Amino acid sequence: MKAADSLARRARWRWPEIVFWLLALAAIAAPAGKHLILNEIAILALFALSLDLILGYAGIISLGHAAFFGFGAYAAGLICKYATADPVLGLLLAMLLSAMLGLLTSLLVLRGSDLTRLMVTLGMALVLHEIANALPQWTGGADGLQGMAVGPLLGRFDFDLFGRTAYGYSIVTLFVLFVLARRIVKSPFGVSLMAIRRNSLRASALGVPVNRRLIAVYALGAAYAGAAGALLAQTTAYVSLDVLEFNRSADVLLTLIIGGTGWLYGGIVGAFVFKVLQDLLSSGAPQFWLFWLGLFLVVLALVGRDRLHGLVRRAMP
Amino acid sequence: MLKRGMAAVAALALASSGAAAQETVKIGLVLPMTGQQASTGKQIEAAVKLYQAQHGNMVAGKKIEVILKDDTTVPDVTKRLATELVTNDKVAFLAGFGITPSAMSTAPVATQAKVPEIVMAAGTSSITEASPFIARTSFTLAQSSVPMAEWAFKNGIKKVVTLVSDYGPGIDAEKSFSDKFKADGGTIVENLRIPMRSPDFSPVLQKVADAKPDALFVFVPSGTGAQFVKQFVERGLDKSGVKLIATGDVTDDDQLNGMGDAVVGVINAHNYSANHNSALNKSFVEGFKKANSGMRPNFMAVGGYDGMHLIYEALKKTNGDTDGTKLMTAIKGMAWESPRGPISIDPDTRDIVQNIYIRKVQKVDGELYNVEFDTIANVKDPVKAAKK
Amino acid sequence: MATILFDGVAYGMLLFVLACGLAVTLGLMNFVNLAHGAFAMAGGYTTVLLMDRLNVPFLACLPAAFVLSAVLGLLLERTLYRHMYGRSHLDQVLFSIGLVFMAVAATDYFLGSSQRNIHLPPWLQGRVEVLGVAIGLYRAFIIVLCGVLALGLQLALMRTRFGSRLRAAVDDARVARGLGIPVGTIFAVTFAVGSGLAGLGGALGTELLGIDPYFPLKFMIYFLIVVTVGGTSGIAGPFLASLLLGIADVAGKYYLSSALGGFVIYVVMIVVLVLRPQGLFARAR
Repeated sequence: MKAADSLARRARWRWPEIVFWLLALAAIAAPAGKHLILNEIAILALFALSLDLILGYAGIISLGHAAFFGFGAYAAGLICKYATADPVLGLLLAMLLSAMLGLLTSLLVLRGSDLTRLMVTLGMALVLHEIANALPQWTGGADGLQGMAVGPLLGRFDFDLFGRTAYGYSIVTLFVLFVLARRIVKSPFGVSLMAIRRNSLRASALGVPVNRRLIAVYALGAAYAGAAGALLAQTTAYVSLDVLEFNRSADVLLTLIIGGTGWLYGGIVGAFVFKVLQDLLSSGAPQFWLFWLGLFLVVLALVGRDRLHGLVRRAMP
Repeated sequence: MLKRGMAAVAALALASSGAAAQETVKIGLVLPMTGQQASTGKQIEAAVKLYQAQHGNMVAGKKIEVILKDDTTVPDVTKRLATELVTNDKVAFLAGFGITPSAMSTAPVATQAKVPEIVMAAGTSSITEASPFIARTSFTLAQSSVPMAEWAFKNGIKKVVTLVSDYGPGIDAEKSFSDKFKADGGTIVENLRIPMRSPDFSPVLQKVADAKPDALFVFVPSGTGAQFVKQFVERGLDKSGVKLIATGDVTDDDQLNGMGDAVVGVINAHNYSANHNSALNKSFVEGFKKANSGMRPNFMAVGGYDGMHLIYEALKKTNGDTDGTKLMTAIKGMAWESPRGPISIDPDTRDIVQNIYIRKVQKVDGELYNVEFDTIANVKDPVKAAKK
Repeated sequence: MATILFDGVAYGMLLFVLACGLAVTLGLMNFVNLAHGAFAMAGGYTTVLLMDRLNVPFLACLPAAFVLSAVLGLLLERTLYRHMYGRSHLDQVLFSIGLVFMAVAATDYFLGSSQRNIHLPPWLQGRVEVLGVAIGLYRAFIIVLCGVLALGLQLALMRTRFGSRLRAAVDDARVARGLGIPVGTIFAVTFAVGSGLAGLGGALGTELLGIDPYFPLKFMIYFLIVVTVGGTSGIAGPFLASLLLGIADVAGKYYLSSALGGFVIYVVMIVVLVLRPQGLFARAR
């Protein structure tokens, strides 16, 4: 009874969260001009959220998460070209396919230390990259997948040049998936994941089926990453090999570390900070911005991001 | 929302024709300034600056303002930046584009907003077909590899092995070279490919040694050329009678001088050499080196320089009108003298028509240069020419 | 066949020379030092600049590259790295990748973004025929040097007092301190040696790989693969892992089609790690 109470209390929505989401959704109607970068932030946030599910909640560190992002992007692209131009249907199918890939590959990451998992996931992403490169008749190879004619959203809203529809689509998707993730991590299932992360031996002694839980959450993370990739493919109507690059995996890991692991807003905060910082720095000094970004990361690491996160997390658990 | 989308495009069209009344014409220059392709971005940016320094920044009574953006070689970022430049900064031209996917992902933006996209670097043939608002001032890979095949067969090379990096441009080069060489009557012994990430060429070079061809045709992206040639010489393949022929990317002017004597004698085909003998090129190279602490301009730089020329001349022709359709009409068929020689924009394909030079790496005044010794005049992109 | 084997060994040794510094910092000190490549780059540029501008002979550049990178490593260790030892791996990733970005941007700014190359002395160029197998001189040079290096490091680690103190300090710094082992000094020295080895690797690799500001990012994957596959027990693991990966990669690219050849190194890595999650030579942690 008590445990159920505490779970319910933890699951309650706080007002800063509500304000945040209202603002994010209201931004759809904001004057044109910033929707494109907001769309990119929303997609990166969803991608980082998916990594958080497996890293922050299940403790599986991955340096190859782009495998699912890229797979979802190509799946959405090919579905759009050959099956249906409807974006929502394409998104759902891409998620399903990515989840299946997650199920298949989860067996490889069940064992091993951080470093081992880091490298196994990295290896999988690189292998997928090589496969995509070797199948130009499907993926368009290095030229990219072209000729995606994405249909209007819900049959009504065309994707406009200013990115308003794109942002609306991405932020609503992010919101829906976020609410779902929030329910999952605050459920008994989520709590059992935390137990595994802290001490998997003890968790299994308590009767938690460790491997099954890990496989489930890994597939869920894969589906989320696939959704992020599909959003990117559909809102830019283009997929290139770049979606599977090592840089993508590294960026999303950085994003999540900046924002903080193990709380669902970490990915969103990280995506916002990372993208805005990158955009500001690179328009200010297109040749030298990497230096300032590096300095920011070093200082952040030295100061201790935990301290900063502590401040924010009190408001948005 | 559907209507809104239409209205947005209409508003854009209005905005860009309305810009004619403004005093400033903006050019959005989207380049990879960081990442693996950073040297491409540096070369083009330097060339654009040089052009403005030499020709001023006033055209047809308008001030020209260049806005530089770093796309970090990620195509979806390129597309976002280009769209923001069009919608927020109201640029009259999009220019730059370091790699093919970047140029391709931006094509729909150019079409939708009716803004000319001047491709200054990317080299896959199909780019200009992606939008009627794309024009190119760099080159296509087939433009270099087909003349190389032609020259090789004429000069007694009958058996060739090709070796390319395993990605789009490499496969383009392999295919266009092989098709031409076979059509002329030569034999392609083997088509070898090497993964992009591979730093070691020894397995494929061993295959070449086993096949004993008259020549090895090679395309690897600029930046791997030096390693390739060094390993080729280290294995003694040059002494065993295998001629090395290449596209000019392998002997990139930017790095050529640092590659060492191993590259002396490599025969290659390309559109530009810093050693090109013309008064215009001499002043171009001198000005470029002076402004960039001795850096030598390469084929990327000349693409940027000519791209700026194309923009300036198009604006002169429209008398400062920045309507995209009018600018494209002005661009089609334009011909001028570039540091690389005479060039023009094909009115049908909006792709560049230029001389391709057969060159040999030699020492000139103690420095290594690609010395031109044969010219194939007015080469159109062979891939698109073959489609007709 | 023999030539392919030789090439594989040589490529493996190139991988080893690039990664052995990381085997020290990541493997022995358990610090996720993604900035390893930045120290290698420092060594590479030291060699390029000394040879280009001051005409220093190649052989003299190698110790110079080692010393310069080691000093750089020592400085950074004393000022920055030592604050990061106790932190989580994620913090270390954030910190060291930040350092890489700074190093890349600064190098690009001061030395330009085009690739630089060195020119070997004539006695290291070309190749000789030994028992019917053509042997590249520079590759042979690297193989010999690496063999000596690996042996020396392994002995230093396993047979000397410093080595046993280091292992004690890594396993449990608090207990080691209590036993009177100067943990701080030992870590500083070890880190400096690791950085120096990285610099040496960069200097030796420049001839075959060229050097440009993105070197630390371009080859990061390779460093990590070698150390992970080799395991973190010492130097012998990464050494044998390099050999295995080098031979597999070269043979794969020679005997398989090019489309498949690119996969080999990654597939070998995944298979090894799935079968032996702690790497080929694991130390029980």
